[in-house]
Amino acid sequence: MSDHCRGRPLASTPAVASKQAWGGPALPSAPLLEVESLHKRFPVSGRRGALLHAVDDVSLHIGPGESVGLVGESGCGKSTLVRLLARLLDPSGGRIVFAGQELTEVRAERFARTPQRATIQMVFQDPADSLNPRFSAREAIAEPLRLLTGLTGAQVDARVDEVALQVGLPLALLPRHAHQLSGGQKARVGIARALAVKPRLLILDEPTAALDVSVQAVVLQLLADLRRDLGLSYLFVSHDLNVVRLLTERVAVMYLGKIVETGPSEAVFRAPRHPYTQALVSAIPGQGPRIRLAGDVSSPIDPPAHVCRFHGRCPQGEDRCAREAPPLLRLGAREVACHFAA
Amino acid sequence: MTRPPLLKVKEFSLEFRTRGGTVRALEGVDLQVHKGEIVGLVGESGSGKSVLSYALLGISDRAARVTGGTAVFGGMDLLAARESELADLRGREISMIFQSPRTALNPIRRVGHQLEDVLRRHAAAPGVDLGKSLKERALQALRDVAIADPERRLAAYPFEMSGGMCQRVMIALALACRPGLLIADEPTTGLDVTTQAGVMDLITGLARERQMATLFITHDLALAADYCDRIVVMHAGHAVESAPTKTLFAAPRHPYTARLMSSTPGERSSVASLQPVPGSLPDLKRNDLPACRFAERCERSTDRCRDERPRLDGAAVHAVACWHPLSETVTLAEPAHV
Repeated sequence: MSDHCRGRPLASTPAVASKQAWGGPALPSAPLLEVESLHKRFPVSGRRGALLHAVDDVSLHIGPGESVGLVGESGCGKSTLVRLLARLLDPSGGRIVFAGQELTEVRAERFARTPQRATIQMVFQDPADSLNPRFSAREAIAEPLRLLTGLTGAQVDARVDEVALQVGLPLALLPRHAHQLSGGQKARVGIARALAVKPRLLILDEPTAALDVSVQAVVLQLLADLRRDLGLSYLFVSHDLNVVRLLTERVAVMYLGKIVETGPSEAVFRAPRHPYTQALVSAIPGQGPRIRLAGDVSSPIDPPAHVCRFHGRCPQGEDRCAREAPPLLRLGAREVACHFAA
Repeated sequence: MTRPPLLKVKEFSLEFRTRGGTVRALEGVDLQVHKGEIVGLVGESGSGKSVLSYALLGISDRAARVTGGTAVFGGMDLLAARESELADLRGREISMIFQSPRTALNPIRRVGHQLEDVLRRHAAAPGVDLGKSLKERALQALRDVAIADPERRLAAYPFEMSGGMCQRVMIALALACRPGLLIADEPTTGLDVTTQAGVMDLITGLARERQMATLFITHDLALAADYCDRIVVMHAGHAVESAPTKTLFAAPRHPYTARLMSSTPGERSSVASLQPVPGSLPDLKRNDLPACRFAERCERSTDRCRDERPRLDGAAVHAVACWHPLSETVTLAEPAHV
């Protein structure tokens, strides 16, 4: 992709410019997605000047063809981070560089109409809620093609057929509406819709949370096959750690807006270093003794900068944790934000 | 276990008459729960787990009709009982924890008042200390479920609390009158793993402490394995296998149970090792349902499976409703959990 997005006003950017090469060529060895010190703070209603730190100084990278997991409890900022990366939200600070291009220069509302929109696509949590009930499966898959690629008529139809076959959706089901499809079929439509515009990064937000285990297994295998066949990168968000372990090479653990641990998925789940990750892994059913966390998650509103976010719930907490917030430090292939991890 | 079971469901069948046809939601279901026993009722959505529990409490949809079988709780015939008798029973002898606490709690009533409602309705329930005021007893109910700052929570509305805390309130409501049987219907769906562990520890801890019988309904086999004494697997309205948890995981005998285990991601599984259950649940409105409702998804099925329904031998420790069960001694190559 040329640098037309940087230089010229976006409103005049012709959407057809990228028609031939959706996604653009990869820079060899450079990460596909590089996030530097990303922040998102929301004003708190009724409290003048108070800010909720949803995403706080997050740095992350995803290589071409790499699958990275993002885990953490609800309220930890996963969804906000995902919305920032999908450019549905504007960050309060930091950079998002995708395939060598700075994405944060484009406002979120404008980004929806840039050709780059096609390069990062999302598969949403509940296919029943995220598909337009008045669209047939064919219309749902075709819509991003019409909006983002400049394909028309027969070309759109051909691409819909192609991607439907790719995700194992029988063509006979394409005229059906969401309520006429099973959970697994709806999940396939959601994946086909995201893949239609040939993205390079797929953000999967709990893609199997609404599915039964047997259907989940089929969808997980489909996702693994698609990544291999199409050379896609995944950001896989889930609270089911066994699923994350299955589908990702690296994992990032988030707690209260911050990344507290990263590393190869196998290693992180086998021998977690951060006390929060240890508690999370011990809570997986079938893991034996559980680490019980005391107390509640502390408030994300104006958290004191010098206190570790996990202080108060941490089984190891000491005075130092209340005086000095641990930075995310590299330890071999891992990164851990804890005074006691080294 | 020679004592009579606290809850005994025998050959229980239920259908829904709908405009689109008759849904045969449950057929010939056998289920027993003893005092102090935690039984997991496991199956995919549509297998009839919730329908069964609603029927036991007499809160089924109006379209539901019991077409056969018996359900006896502590000597009382639940199916013959009048509505007023069931109303006295619900919340006092048999309690239920519903799936989504946020929708099950009254959104415009303070938590304390909701607790007092239950306590007032069942004022003469066993274990109730009549010397205390309703408010004190409501407070004690919240203390029992280890809610932080219970005095303040009494005045809170459900929307002011997190999902895990709402679920603790639901548990407090269900257990306030110290019921003999607790039905927990997917009590941790939608909660985080750490919160899930806390809620499950709480429910099972109280169940052990109070010798309460617990029917734990879940689609999560791994979770059931962690907490249940015995597991009953359901498929398309049939109870297909019942066994002590360890026995079931060591050697599942019903092909459906085995497939369910091998499709659950576990510690040692890889994407390739997952073996999904082939096909999907049969449409229960069909007139030509095979006698064994798993027959069309099963590699081992024969003509007999289509024509003659295999029954669960209620008396057996490890009961399986299958004409061609897997061998008792052979373990799965790769069990999801041990």
